[in-house]
This record gives sequence, structure tokens and C-alpha cells, in this order.
Amino acid sequence: MLNVSIYRYNPEVDSEPYMQDFEFDTQGKDIMVLDVLEKLKIEDPTLVFRRSCREGVCGSDGMNISGKNGLACVTPLSDAVKKNKLVIRPLPGLPVIRDLVIDMSQFYAQYEKIQPYMINNTPAPAIERLQSQEERAKLDGLYECILCACCSTACPSFWWNPDKFIGPSGLLQAYRFLADSRDTATEARLANLDDPFSVFRCHGIMNCVQVCPKGLNPTKAIGHIRDMLIRTAT
Amino acid sequence: MVTNVTSLGRSGLSDWLIARVSAYVMTAYLIFIVGYLMLTPDLNYTQWAALNSSLPMRMFSLLTILSIAAHAWIGMWCVLTDYITVRLIGPKATALRIIFQLGMIAITLLYVIWAIDILWGI
Repeated sequence: MLNVSIYRYNPEVDSEPYMQDFEFDTQGKDIMVLDVLEKLKIEDPTLVFRRSCREGVCGSDGMNISGKNGLACVTPLSDAVKKNKLVIRPLPGLPVIRDLVIDMSQFYAQYEKIQPYMINNTPAPAIERLQSQEERAKLDGLYECILCACCSTACPSFWWNPDKFIGPSGLLQAYRFLADSRDTATEARLANLDDPFSVFRCHGIMNCVQVCPKGLNPTKAIGHIRDMLIRTAT
Repeated sequence: MVTNVTSLGRSGLSDWLIARVSAYVMTAYLIFIVGYLMLTPDLNYTQWAALNSSLPMRMFSLLTILSIAAHAWIGMWCVLTDYITVRLIGPKATALRIIFQLGMIAITLLYVIWAIDILWGI
């Protein structure tokens, strides 16, 4: 029997959070962490967590699994269980609403700050704004982000200053638009980032790279933003 | 854009660049001093005083001290703005952080002045 320890907190009932232990029979199968949660929820319907697509696309079920942030739906037990124990907590650093559900407002506020949309006020061509294959290739490794918040909530700089530091996820997206050949607001975007907090709170510890369930590299994107700032400001 | 008045360069890029350049200066100084001591096994006071009272060495030492001061300012500022925040310790954090920041800046500047006094007093 697998020992599953889950963070529980219902602010309407509990004075403080606690860890609840469950026994779970995997029947020898290497199932996903989300499958375990789904089965435990049948046993205890008060257990609350977010999930939707259950295949690593929607980014809803980001949580801290045995100490490492990840998506429950694409994390197999063989990666998460240590000494026959599975420990599940909410993503760290953001307020807990209930059990494994966190309030992601701060995360989205940072995302909003980087203006995550194409800015181009030139008259639109008859069909569409074209890119060469090389220009399009620059967006690979950037556009795939699903905003699950695993990276930003693994980042100590984001824990301490979630209102000022944009965080790895937002910065990856910022670079996605800085690198886009169709976007014309590059200078204005860069001007908004050159302060001691927004980008430069990144000290390159690469927790974000270690946890990203999509295998993306926010630290590299942040490096590119820094290079662009150096080019324009020196 | 998050502005700040107590960071060294007022700009993230400026602080980042100063931190890197000052690190190279400190490394060069360390390599020079260790190399000099290793290549001069019978070092006596006269040689040591002659080295440190020469103008190029004084300039190199002063540059290193300024680098340490800038590096410390940037680093300490980061630590203070990470941990002494309203989010972590409540509303008294702002006053406390300003006191610590100004104290840190004052101590850094005093050390620089003291170091200049020592360097040119040899």
C-alpha cells in the first residue's frame, strides 16, 4: 500500500492547514499522480484540487509533488514516490484557497504586465502578417508555455517579491513577444523591464528550468531579454 | 516598471553590469595578490610597503575597494528587499528596510573613505 500525504486546508472549518494521510493500493501499476487524487476524491469528496484536460495541456493541476512542482496528470508515481511515500502540497508561494487550490491572481497580474499580445499598429495586410521560417523558429520553446505556474512558484525571487518580479513564466512570455518579428513595440516593452525588480531579480538559479513540465527554459529567455537590454542601453 | 531610489544604479541593467564588472576586478586583484605572495617567498616590510605605496598599486587597490563597495551595495540591497518586506514581516517593514538600507549605504561609504585614508597614508 502506498502512503499518500496530502495538504488539507478548508478556511471555513480548519484553523490551520494540516497533512492528511491516505493508504492507496496502486495494484502494482505506474499510474499518474492525478489518477491517485481522483480515486482518493471518490473516497473523500471534500478533497479539492484543480484539473481539466488530464494530459499536460491545460496547466490546471500544477502542484508540489514530493517536493517538486509539476503537473499531477503527467507525473507518474515512479517519478514521484520516495520510500513508498507520496507527498502532495499546493504550489508554494501563493495564497491557498482550499486544499491544493491556490489563488493565482498575483501570477496572472505579472503576466498581464508584460502585455502578452501582439502590438502592431501598422495597417494590416490583405491576408495576414507573414513570417519567414527562420523568424517563426525563434518562437519555438516560448509559445508552448501553458501558464501552469510551476516555474514561477518554484522561484525564490518570485516568492519574496511576487508583486514586483515578473517571474520566469511571465518573462518567458515577454521574450516570446520581444522575439516576434511581427511585433513593433520592442522598445516600449524593453523600457518597461529595465528596473531592479522586473527582470533583474532573476539570479539564474534555474529552478524554473528544473520543474517546467513542458521542458522549456525560462532562464535562457531571461538571458535573451538581458542581451536585448544591453544592446539598446549601452 | 518598478522604480527604486536606494538601489545603486537605479536601473536593473546598470546594477547587473556593475555587479559583473566589479566581480572581475575583485578576481583580478585576488589573483594578483596571491600570485605576488607566492612569487615573493622572502617578503619583507620594505618590499610590501614599496608595493603598496606605488601609484599603480594604490589605484588598483582603490578600484578593488570601490568594486567591493558597489558589489556589497547591490547584494545587500537585494537581500534587504527580499526579506524585509511588508509581505513577510508586516507594516513596520518599510521603515525598518529604509533604516537598514541607509545604514548599509553609510557603512559602505565610511569603509571606502577609511580605505582611501589607509591607502594614501602608507
